[in-house]
Amino acid sequence: MLVRAQVAMVMNLDKCIGCHTCSVTCKNVWTNRRGVEYAWFNDVETKPGIGYPKRWEDQARWKGGWELRGGKLRLRAGGRLRKLATLFFNPELPTLDDYYEPWTYDYETLTTAPVQRHQPVARPASQVTGRPLDLQWGPNWEDDLAGGPEGARLDPNLRDGVEEQVRLEYESAFMFYLPRICEHCLNPSCVASCPSGAMYKREEDGIVLVDQGQCRSWRMCVSGCPYKKVYFNWGTGKAEKCTLCYPRIEAGQPTICSETCVGKIRYLGVVLYDADRVEAAASVPDEKDLLAAQLDLFLDPDDPEVQAAARADGIPDDWLEAATRSPVYALAVTHRVALPLHPEYRTLPMVWYVPPLSPVMSLVEGNGSDADPDDVFPTIDELRIPVEYLANLLTAGDPEPVRLALKRLAAMRGFVRERNLGGEPDAAIASAVGMEPAEIDHMFRLLAVAKYDERY
Amino acid sequence: MSSVLDSSRFFDRGERSAERWSALLSGGREWESFYRRRWQHDRVVRSTHGVNCTGSCSWKIHVKDGIVAWETQQTDYPSNGADVPEYEPRGCPRGASFSWYLYSPIRVRYPYVRGVLVEMWREALAATGDPVEAWASIVEDPEKSRAYKSLRGKGGFVRSSWSEVTDIMAAAHVYTVARYGPDRVAGFSPIPAMSMVSYAAGTRFLSLIGGICLSFYDWYADLPPASPQVWGDQTDVPESADWWNAGYVILWGSNIPQTRTPDAHFMTEARYRGQKVVVVSPDFAGHTKFADHWLPAAAGSDGALALAMTHVIFKEFHLDREVPYFRDYAKKTTDLPCLVRLRGRDGAYVADRFLRASDLGETSEHADWKTVVLDESSGAATVPNGSIGFRWGDEGMGKWNLELEEVDPALTLLGRHDELVELDLPRFDVAGEGGDVLRRGVPAKRIGNELVTTVFDLFAAQLGLHREGLPGEWPAGYGDPAPYTPAWQEAITGVDAGLVVRIAREFARNAERTNGRSMIMLGAGTNHWFHSDQIYRAILSMLILTGCQGVNGGGWAHYVGQEKVRPISGWSTVAFALDWARPPRQQATTPFWFLMSDQFRFQRTGADHFSTPLGNGSLEGKHLADCYALAARLGWMPSYPTFDRNPLEITHAADAAGVDIKDYVVRELQSGGIRFAAEDPDGPGNWPRVLTLWRANLLGSSSKGHEYFLRHVLGVENDAIRNDEAPPERRPRDVVWRDEAPIGKFDLFTTIDFRMNGSALYSDVVLPAATWYEKHDLSSTDLHPFVHSFNEAVPPPWETKTDFDVFGLVAKRFSELADKHLGVRKDLVAAPLLHDTPAELAQPFGEVRDWQKGECEPVPGLTMPNLVTVERDYPDVWEKWRRLGPLAEQLGSSAKGVPLLPDVEVEELGRRNGLIDGRPSLARDVHVCETILALSGVTNGRLAHEGFKGLERRTGMKLSDISEEHRDVRITFGDTQVQPRKVLASPEWSGMESRERRYSPFTINIERSVPFRTLTGRQQFYVDHAWMLDMGEGLPVYRPPVDVVGTVGDQGSGDPTRKDVHLRWLSPHSKWSIHSEFQDNLHMLTLFRGGPVVWIGVEDAAKIEVADNDWVEVFNRNGVITARAVVSHRVPEGVAMMYHSQDRHVNVPRSELSGTRGGTDNSVTRISMKPTHLVGGYAQLSYGFNYYGPTGSQRDEVVVVRKLAGEVVY
Repeated sequence: MLVRAQVAMVMNLDKCIGCHTCSVTCKNVWTNRRGVEYAWFNDVETKPGIGYPKRWEDQARWKGGWELRGGKLRLRAGGRLRKLATLFFNPELPTLDDYYEPWTYDYETLTTAPVQRHQPVARPASQVTGRPLDLQWGPNWEDDLAGGPEGARLDPNLRDGVEEQVRLEYESAFMFYLPRICEHCLNPSCVASCPSGAMYKREEDGIVLVDQGQCRSWRMCVSGCPYKKVYFNWGTGKAEKCTLCYPRIEAGQPTICSETCVGKIRYLGVVLYDADRVEAAASVPDEKDLLAAQLDLFLDPDDPEVQAAARADGIPDDWLEAATRSPVYALAVTHRVALPLHPEYRTLPMVWYVPPLSPVMSLVEGNGSDADPDDVFPTIDELRIPVEYLANLLTAGDPEPVRLALKRLAAMRGFVRERNLGGEPDAAIASAVGMEPAEIDHMFRLLAVAKYDERY
Repeated sequence: MSSVLDSSRFFDRGERSAERWSALLSGGREWESFYRRRWQHDRVVRSTHGVNCTGSCSWKIHVKDGIVAWETQQTDYPSNGADVPEYEPRGCPRGASFSWYLYSPIRVRYPYVRGVLVEMWREALAATGDPVEAWASIVEDPEKSRAYKSLRGKGGFVRSSWSEVTDIMAAAHVYTVARYGPDRVAGFSPIPAMSMVSYAAGTRFLSLIGGICLSFYDWYADLPPASPQVWGDQTDVPESADWWNAGYVILWGSNIPQTRTPDAHFMTEARYRGQKVVVVSPDFAGHTKFADHWLPAAAGSDGALALAMTHVIFKEFHLDREVPYFRDYAKKTTDLPCLVRLRGRDGAYVADRFLRASDLGETSEHADWKTVVLDESSGAATVPNGSIGFRWGDEGMGKWNLELEEVDPALTLLGRHDELVELDLPRFDVAGEGGDVLRRGVPAKRIGNELVTTVFDLFAAQLGLHREGLPGEWPAGYGDPAPYTPAWQEAITGVDAGLVVRIAREFARNAERTNGRSMIMLGAGTNHWFHSDQIYRAILSMLILTGCQGVNGGGWAHYVGQEKVRPISGWSTVAFALDWARPPRQQATTPFWFLMSDQFRFQRTGADHFSTPLGNGSLEGKHLADCYALAARLGWMPSYPTFDRNPLEITHAADAAGVDIKDYVVRELQSGGIRFAAEDPDGPGNWPRVLTLWRANLLGSSSKGHEYFLRHVLGVENDAIRNDEAPPERRPRDVVWRDEAPIGKFDLFTTIDFRMNGSALYSDVVLPAATWYEKHDLSSTDLHPFVHSFNEAVPPPWETKTDFDVFGLVAKRFSELADKHLGVRKDLVAAPLLHDTPAELAQPFGEVRDWQKGECEPVPGLTMPNLVTVERDYPDVWEKWRRLGPLAEQLGSSAKGVPLLPDVEVEELGRRNGLIDGRPSLARDVHVCETILALSGVTNGRLAHEGFKGLERRTGMKLSDISEEHRDVRITFGDTQVQPRKVLASPEWSGMESRERRYSPFTINIERSVPFRTLTGRQQFYVDHAWMLDMGEGLPVYRPPVDVVGTVGDQGSGDPTRKDVHLRWLSPHSKWSIHSEFQDNLHMLTLFRGGPVVWIGVEDAAKIEVADNDWVEVFNRNGVITARAVVSHRVPEGVAMMYHSQDRHVNVPRSELSGTRGGTDNSVTRISMKPTHLVGGYAQLSYGFNYYGPTGSQRDEVVVVRKLAGEVVY
């Protein structure tokens, strides 16, 4: 056992309001400068939709992440030989059009225009070429199902039969928001892709960085990352990416995107894991076992053996103490309501998500008036977002962990409601989803009351 | 964050990774300082955004190398308690991108004047040597005047200087006051709560010179007129943390995540506490994803849905089964037991006015104003305490309360009745806009000469709830499609009837189990309609019948444009210069623009268009302009300009004639020597000449009938109006029609702003304002209970100035020029009959008596406006502007009729701020902040306590214990700079609040038996004014959206080769701007499609062969818009949605139809007023600034959409 500590994140999609405050504050601090105008270390996508850059989840096209070949973990984009062969032409690199061509406007004309027949107007122009631009795509083009169903139909998660279930029509419309940052993976394919050794995962906190001095502009990290969260700065010629705000983390502050998340959906916490077993976990044959394998890597911070091993491996006591209070560990491991994004990429991502509940399909209610007015909550199977869609996103297609997470959220609502209304909560509600009442209370405290010092 | 994550100890380790397959460390990590340096900054300053937004979020402004680098939210709000979510972090992406404006190329850096005007000005000034004469020589010369007005909006600005622009502004003000009168000078700035000092700086100047302050809440259609109608209160709502206390929530026309972004988490979190969330919305919007059930009601059908739910609730929780909590609540706090006279008509009866004590032969003080119930135990008609007759006068002292004592009011007369009679009721779901008649029945009792019933019985009949023995035609059950059953609504709303029953039942059952903790959040989606008051009254019925109002976690939560200047008493004292002179001129803005922009000339339906066949004829034959003229001369509404003569000259003429001014004016009015300006709005002397905008984007945002503004107000050439004026038979009768409508009414149009937006583009003068990070000010809202500060993170750059300093400069220069041109004068202010004053008892029984028609005598303050002489020492305006006047402590301030006398505080302010000429200084913005905080109960416990003691005397109820715990608390400006400060419970507002208690409106009324400020003193289902009854709106009723197509017909282009589609026009609040602000911000434009967009459904897009992102034209008779189409399956067929306030200055090409620049979302709208919103002088239906008045509704339009066929031309 080799114990390492990582600062990881959970985002509760069930609370995300899709406001993009995280994107803006992140951009203002980190990428509001020449060369990275188009780069959003943090972006928010409406699902179903194709995202930013376009169809980033389509690894048949972009060849990001890892795959198993002959039982061995290999970069999907190929090993060293193919890297050398494609050093000067990387066919898997997204173009600017896949991201979007950043633009601005000739705002000055509003003030400086001479007398003219028509009211002056500011027109869009490319920030890259300066020329007038006919806007066709942007970093959040699909907001709130804009462009659907034409665009949303191309969502790579509409596969394996889900596309049959999902009718992109008014009556059955559904959506949710997916905020994304770098996953700071345990098994980062970007790092493995870098021919220059410029990328590394910090041992002390797991943050994945691009050394701006070492980067040689090969951009293999851009294509190697299946989440497309490494960007190329066309001004400096270096790759840049989300740093998990290490300058703030080091100063004891949460990341910008976390602290400014007005939906209060983000949690940061220390997770201990066994670095010796990372490769094995990433190499389990069945994709659907990747979630369990990754969970199995995480070490119980309350276990005295783990603590002893951690100390032996140089992890300080205050970090161990933080690990015992980690909301990330609680939501992902203890309560099992947080799930990884696309575990099938085999990078062992460390930003996890609580799946969203959604309205019920109430098209053909008819006899709705017969319902018991004290039994107010719908069942999970009536929800508008197909569980299978969420499974394609979060569990490599296995619906059971998603269903369990949604059921636990719903059980929490029913359990606490009774107390809220002055009644006695029914312990059977908790046990039906495999939880103790105290566990529900703890989860409720984290998800609902969500105090600042309990989120981070 | 806990310091345990501090990993700086690792920096020097530099070890290599052990793993084979991925590197952990790669040598030296010194480079990591690259991002650390990027994060470093020099200073963090607390400030916020004074935008027209109810967020009122406190922000950290990060300053680096002397410039603002970025902003992040403050997280230091006082706690809501151990088990409640906190307010941190408040702030949204709009706010987070604000710093972009500071150094952006859209920033106005210097004063600008249109070239042609400034050239004429410089010439005229050189020729005359006097700024006022120079101004006169330009505006009174038709050619010169036309020369600059016709170029408005066409570019050609030149840089000017502060001394030159203050000269121009001061000269224009002085000249207009002298030549036309002070009530020909106006200013518009909205929503003071989110930057109180910036607002007050301008209105204080205007009020000191006698200028017009224009209202905004009603004009924006954000005012829900139902609130004054039902509660006698403008709007009062729960703070967002109180959502946590609700067990059941319906989001109804309010997209909380999008429009109340900083607060949405309380809703998402309360779901985990077991709160059920139901969404009513025509589109699948941002909030719908949080719903347990989505009720996709057709746009504008909300009233039908609400009445069907009310049908279920009334039946199951009041008739089939009695819930004690609901019953007791109804008896004590609502008008349901109040007796209403029945009037015989056409073989049946109709409901008439409330029975009064005077009908019983009682002769007590204000007996005409005391309503009556039937006492169950004695069986006698009884006058309970609490009606408005007890609110004013000596006899009511100690009796204005809701205590029933021995009285047990009967809700229904059934079983106690003398007769069961047939009752005719209006319906509007069939037979056109005047609707038809339902015949149902009520139990009635004979009291003296009157046959009466209760509101409870009337409402049961209206809802179609049959009880044994009642005559009339009734629906057989929920499945019978007659008003107002669940089956009936299904045909209108498209929502499954069974689902409606289920939600209604759950809603009421939750309220039963929790004593009223069911909540409905309302917003623009339900409120921006012409008949919004009826939609709201229907929805409020659900809440009041279930005892939810005035309960924490329950009641309405009206979230659109509402704002709350928590320190209202101190603020209004300063803002309207009440410390020097009263009353200020506060104008209702909708009728102001209706006349000013000549939209009244295009009004083709009369006021009686919506009258019921059961009506009393009081609106018959009236044009809406006639209605407003009537409202002006009866003192219902303010009307500035008031007369067709300069008020300074009227007082002079009265003095010269040696006649008392009131007598003089009455005499002249009767002889025709003076007319109301509203009776001849196009008369050249009768319109305002000067308008200053600050903190506002009138043209790019709220100008309903935008193109009419361009043509008639500004004189812009090539507007896009395709509409015809009303034909002769549809024109006003009492109001003068001039053959030629004036073009370009304003002489000077000034915008003070930090960005070159739609209003600035069309202004004559544009002044560079400091941004919110460059000044001191105060902010509060009703979404949270705090008051907090703006601070100067960096000084105003370039030649920008704070609004406060701008008005200081203008006031100073005005005073200098006034010395020669104005001197000390007497002004005559015509004040409307005001709510919360004894004047609300002016016109009994809700009858309309017009002195001009000889129906009564003209008596100022009773049958017509009050007439008040105010001395204007014009050369002293600036000296008054910058110090606190003596009326502050001599007359004090009045919050909702409760007097506050801040004598101690004024003395203290003199020491804190320093004295100018013996009075406390207001010379600096921070002085104004201190003054506002010192003179308000919410920030000064002593005043709150004194106020409650005053209210105790009137009500006879124990109240001062509410403020006992905080009577020593004083919040200073310095306190708000440290941390947002939680305000104190005060009689300025209707709710109790404390450290552990969340604010919810009317909890003082409900828990402490303080009456609502209505006629009955209770929450009113029934409103009995003659015009309300003529409109068929005595009770909540369903009125469909206005039938535009039925009135104006097809509005297509007439080009048979082009495919187009007629769609209902919806303009919800934007996700990417706060009104027009932030909409031109590069971050917001980047995050969604880079310019104006219109959302349409997949089916409609197919009809006109439009693909996503195609350019389209949106048009109707009023104007035309060019925008990109967003095609989405989340939008239903039949509607077009354009987020409102899409200004026309960024990425807007020209229209093929008009040949000119595409307009704003208001280019296709038009002002139309609802006559009942003009009613005044009658209890809660009495005027108050932003309290009552016609709303500028904008949801009832229909537009035509077609593809922009040719090449896109800018």
